[in-house]
Amino acid sequence: MDRPLRLIASNPLDQLARTLEALLVVASAPLSVHELAEAADDDPERIEAALGLVGDRYREGRSGIVLERVAGGWAFRAAREAAESCARLFERPAQRNLSQAALETLAIVAYLGPCTRPDVARIRGVAADSAVANLVERGLIAEAGRDDAGGAIRYRTTPLFERVFGLESLSQLPRLDDLGDDVDAIRGRLHAVADKRTA
Amino acid sequence: MIVRELELDLDAFEGPFDLLLTLVLKEELDLRELDVAGIVLAFLERLAERDELDLDAAGEFLVLVAALLELKARGLFPEEAAELAELEPEAAAEELARRLAEYRRMREAAAWLRERLDDEGGRFFRLGPPPLAPKVEIPLAPQEPDRLAQALRLLATEPPEVSLAHMAMRFPPVAQFLERFRSVLRRRSRFDFDQEVGELPRIEQAVAFLALLELRRAGEIVIDQAAPFAPIRVVRSTQIHAERIGEEIVPRDERTSTWTVHSA
Repeated sequence: MDRPLRLIASNPLDQLARTLEALLVVASAPLSVHELAEAADDDPERIEAALGLVGDRYREGRSGIVLERVAGGWAFRAAREAAESCARLFERPAQRNLSQAALETLAIVAYLGPCTRPDVARIRGVAADSAVANLVERGLIAEAGRDDAGGAIRYRTTPLFERVFGLESLSQLPRLDDLGDDVDAIRGRLHAVADKRTA
Repeated sequence: MIVRELELDLDAFEGPFDLLLTLVLKEELDLRELDVAGIVLAFLERLAERDELDLDAAGEFLVLVAALLELKARGLFPEEAAELAELEPEAAAEELARRLAEYRRMREAAAWLRERLDDEGGRFFRLGPPPLAPKVEIPLAPQEPDRLAQALRLLATEPPEVSLAHMAMRFPPVAQFLERFRSVLRRRSRFDFDQEVGELPRIEQAVAFLALLELRRAGEIVIDQAAPFAPIRVVRSTQIHAERIGEEIVPRDERTSTWTVHSA
């Protein structure tokens, strides 16, 4: 383990780093560089540099608190080594017992959002009402205005979604083209099953 | 193998296929919640248990499931049904394959999310409502206690009483008029309905009219009316009257005496 980091008083970034630490420990949601710059009354570039200092101190294996870049901002979380202890004391209602239907709906909203319940139903082939309501209750998706055409409510994923899944942003999701079989593959599989039956 | 006895164990339904069809047709089960693929799988499993292909069963099953699918598709895409119907078979098949592929990708995405959730299972962080928006000071209007008192006084007045008059409306028993008309008919062979009840309240006139119909049904009277809204003339039916004359208690009366407008 590294020596405990001491912020040297003469370093002009030290004080800023301590301010950011303070802001982040009070926050209950990730703070963007912009928000940190506003609060600390400093310029964004120096904030980034100071975040580097804070991140060096709060990282896995070195501290029980870990600084991470998540959901478009910066936030503290518990170190993984403490997860078991945390689990004994704290619930995580947002992600507990996510059903397959909920996950599929979540994936659709994450990739195609903002999108409406009929959009989800169209892809999944079953009504999406209960899955959507469930995800809204968990706080993983939220309303995002109304559809231009029909006026149906549209949904998008929330920052909490990115946080629960440890994503810096939605762009970290794998590309859709890289997922799943293409049309030919599906057709091929259908034929293979048919051949097996007739053989 | 009997298709209708196929046992199903789905999320939305558990029981024989026959019952499922019945529930769907009675619209007691929402087709949109139903996993048709699950039904097909159950059937294929049953089919696989047998050595030879039961063509009759397979044919019947195909027809039933195709109908189910069509119903479900219509339920899901009411406005698209026409649109798909216009497509050529190949184009429709292509469209279906495209949708299947889209769904597969989303399933893969869901699987990726599941994996990610498992990998990130050790994530614990502080949660709270978004605290960032600076509190906007809502300026209070100038305080005017007099106006507050005035507003409260308005609220404090008793609300107008809701009229319950219709609840108290009395419906006299039909039997009362049966008796009355019979006694009139004992004295006279005919009477004019409007003259007889003209002075009564409207409700009682209605009940009296019911009594009239009752007597007519029993064959005790003959009713005559020259034209709609013309006076109703009531004539004693001589034949029946002769039979019943002198009878104090007519069995029918016992039944009708409890017969009121309410029970009608």
